[in-house]
Amino acid sequence: MEDLISLSSNFLYLAFIMYLLATFFFAATIRDKRGDKKSKTLNVISISITIIGFLAQTGYFITRWIASGHAPVSNLFEFTTFFGMMLVFAFIIIYFIYRLNILGLFTLPVALLIIAYGSMFPREISPLVPSLKSHWLYIHVTTVSLGEAILAVSFAAGLIYLIKEIDQTKSSKRTTWLEVIIYTIFSTVGFVIVVSVYNAMDYSATFEFTFNNEVTTVDYHLPPIAGPNDGTLLTEDRMDEIFQAPAWMQGVNAARKFNTLIWSLLAGLVIYVLARMILRKRIAAAIQPLLDRTNSDLIDEISYRAVTIGFPVFTLGGLIFAMIWAQQAWDRFWGWDPKEVWALITWFFYAAFLHLRLSRGWHGEKSAWLAVIGFVIIMFNLIAVNLIIAGLHSYA
Amino acid sequence: MNKVTCDACGHINPEGTVLCASCGKPIDKNQHIDGNENSNLLNMRYDGTARRSQTYNKTIVDKVWNFFSSVKVGVTLIVITLVASAVGTILPQEMYIPPNVQPSVHYKDQYGLIGQIYYQLGFHNLYSSWWYMTLLALIGISIVIASIDRVVPLYRALKNQRARRHESFLQRQRYFSKTEVVTEEDKAKVLASLKKLRYNITEENGHLMAEKGRFSRWGPYVNHVGLIIFLIGALLRFLPFMYIDDFVWVREGETKAIPQTNGEYFIENKDFILETYGDSEEDQRFAEALERQGPVAKNFQTDAIIYKNDGAEVVGSEPDLKVLKEGSIQVNHPIKFDGFALYQSSYQLNEFESMSFKIHEVNDEEELALASFTVDLTNPAYEYELDNGFRVKIDQYFPDYYLDDGEPRSETKYPRNPAFVFFVYPPNQEEPEVSFAGIGRNIDASGQNQYKIGLQGFDVRDVTGLSVRRDYTLPILGLGGIIFMIGVVQGMYWYHRRVWIHPKENGWWIAAHTNKNWFGLKKDIEKAIQNTNITMVKDQQDNNEK
Repeated sequence: MEDLISLSSNFLYLAFIMYLLATFFFAATIRDKRGDKKSKTLNVISISITIIGFLAQTGYFITRWIASGHAPVSNLFEFTTFFGMMLVFAFIIIYFIYRLNILGLFTLPVALLIIAYGSMFPREISPLVPSLKSHWLYIHVTTVSLGEAILAVSFAAGLIYLIKEIDQTKSSKRTTWLEVIIYTIFSTVGFVIVVSVYNAMDYSATFEFTFNNEVTTVDYHLPPIAGPNDGTLLTEDRMDEIFQAPAWMQGVNAARKFNTLIWSLLAGLVIYVLARMILRKRIAAAIQPLLDRTNSDLIDEISYRAVTIGFPVFTLGGLIFAMIWAQQAWDRFWGWDPKEVWALITWFFYAAFLHLRLSRGWHGEKSAWLAVIGFVIIMFNLIAVNLIIAGLHSYA
Repeated sequence: MNKVTCDACGHINPEGTVLCASCGKPIDKNQHIDGNENSNLLNMRYDGTARRSQTYNKTIVDKVWNFFSSVKVGVTLIVITLVASAVGTILPQEMYIPPNVQPSVHYKDQYGLIGQIYYQLGFHNLYSSWWYMTLLALIGISIVIASIDRVVPLYRALKNQRARRHESFLQRQRYFSKTEVVTEEDKAKVLASLKKLRYNITEENGHLMAEKGRFSRWGPYVNHVGLIIFLIGALLRFLPFMYIDDFVWVREGETKAIPQTNGEYFIENKDFILETYGDSEEDQRFAEALERQGPVAKNFQTDAIIYKNDGAEVVGSEPDLKVLKEGSIQVNHPIKFDGFALYQSSYQLNEFESMSFKIHEVNDEEELALASFTVDLTNPAYEYELDNGFRVKIDQYFPDYYLDDGEPRSETKYPRNPAFVFFVYPPNQEEPEVSFAGIGRNIDASGQNQYKIGLQGFDVRDVTGLSVRRDYTLPILGLGGIIFMIGVVQGMYWYHRRVWIHPKENGWWIAAHTNKNWFGLKKDIEKAIQNTNITMVKDQQDNNEK
């Protein structure tokens, strides 16, 4: 059993390396201006490495399933990495329709980041609570992930469109928002780096504080910038908090999560400022020349097409299968649990997107912004609802 | 109704038509409707058909119709509902706050001013508020009207379309090309390829139309029908007959009438089982997680027998129970019978079934029992005649005792923490002594009692909480869901593609249109003209508007 689990993690590790490698190869295809036989070989190599990575991750998925006895989509680590895997799968499908290398250069890093992010959460094999013990666990979670992953490809395409099309010669609201998106991505990188570093150092500091009239303790694995409200540091030789989290933050771990958020944003800021100093221009402006040869109309169409492919899959997994299972497990198919509501919001959003595409003037840039917002909603539901709003789905 | 006759082909079109349904020639006076006058390309969204909403705008009916058939209005409604839904997740809804607190106090206490405002705006019950319901209803109306407004004329137009199209129609398509000379051999090749690509080809005097996937045009309307069926199903849940939602606690060993069944069905709880992870060899793989998280529940199960009461129809008769079904109810595995379903949804371990007490003298260190009695907690007797001339009366009974500002109260009506105020009448006395007794509590109210009541023993049993459901709307909702999925897949995974071939002296004009996926259409045309000298269509949008 132990062997199987370590084999499983090795598979995931291999997949991660492959995706990283494939990203570099896709980058090389973009810079490659020859367009001859050799560059075709480069294309084949890039997509092949991606597929190998995907197969490796499938290996991780299967071995972990065998080891745990249930589909590995039951906690934050498992379903976040699975979402990453589905994103790669969705990319492979779209790649074989459109054969667009630039999409790989943008989708794979997003997948990498999602997998890295998920890996920061507890990775041990965990048991299923009774309500999760159902075939619908993997039917529902896999379809919903696939649907959201296809929708995420639309985000990658939208981002390409925005970076290519937005005028970088002068500063505007649009350039600022574009930088905000990039900064958010950097903050996720920052989160991964900071958590990995302090994990490696085995950092831990314990606070004692009062929650719901009971004295509780919380373990910090990052140095406390924000400590619990009215908390006292118990661990010796650790720096004390710089300030306390506001009292209105709910939940035992609210202050710790808030602290992690601050760390991520700060780390993201450091990376962003460094990048700006090295590049001496906006990040998007620095990427823009890479996209010279990209056909904006095609990118716009891919972004839309991904939504038309992803929307039915998402509806099936995220609403219909979800309702069938909820009826079985919780005796009602719909209960206005925050995760359910945010799935409905996602659905409403993409329904609005699809209707807007019918009108003139909503193609191109506006549509690309919508694709970005849609992805923000998906990520909010995937991650933030679990971390911020506790509900029936807070298994992590 | 006025009609518009096409001056090119003579086809009679309904008023408001933008492009002749037969030949596609733009009808001059109506070009403003679809915004064609400022553009080189024709707006092909509904094939330039006459839509009621674009044609009439005089009466109040017209205005209402036009309002709801607008996509802009539809999208606005969706966005408002979306934002409202999000607001409802900022703080927990009332159904998710602890059951025994006052919402008016809870929101203020827990979330301060924001909580108070949230509560006062009614956001704690947002999804059942009248205005949220209204939003959903408006979306429903918009779906119906917008669909009818489009599907009828679109159906007519696609049915009436002819292969021969007007030149101005062809030239103003997004994909267009002219080829001066086309050999007969090339013509045959193209036709063969188009057929191979599963295009239906219609011919009219050498004019060709290759069409495929027309049925995908109906996808949106099919999915809208599904949505409406779903909404109707959801609406029917407000009828008591359609939807039953109740709950029952059943103690181990107890047989109870299932609520909402008019005494027709009974349930017996043979055993309630709660299992946690960690006992078996198999669970060893979870050891690490269990250590971090603490105990995790593995199974909640009620072994139950469902009875049908054959005497239910005769009022006042004794139940005549026949076993209908025997089985276990687990989370994810409800037991179902005659349209009803029972779900494992709650439990209470070790609820008190009975408690026995003894009476002894206060000063007796041995606590020798002078008399003893047992209280059945589900159905307590209020007076007990005991040995040695003692008599005990229950003055007050708190099944689930707690102290509320010094006042004893019961938190629930279930015997989870029973406590009593007893009147103890010693032999030959008329004045009782008052004693308070419960689990781990034994209080002499006056301080002058001669006798004391002590707990001798108790029996406990588990209680299972089952929710009782009968939902006749589920098939309707399911049907709505299936139709929606069919429609949405039909509309999004297939595309309506048309290629028009217009013979011109020795050559061909080619124009093409699709409702989605222009890239795919381009690939099709590339394949069709492969190995011929026909000019590839140009995407005229590139040099038009961006």
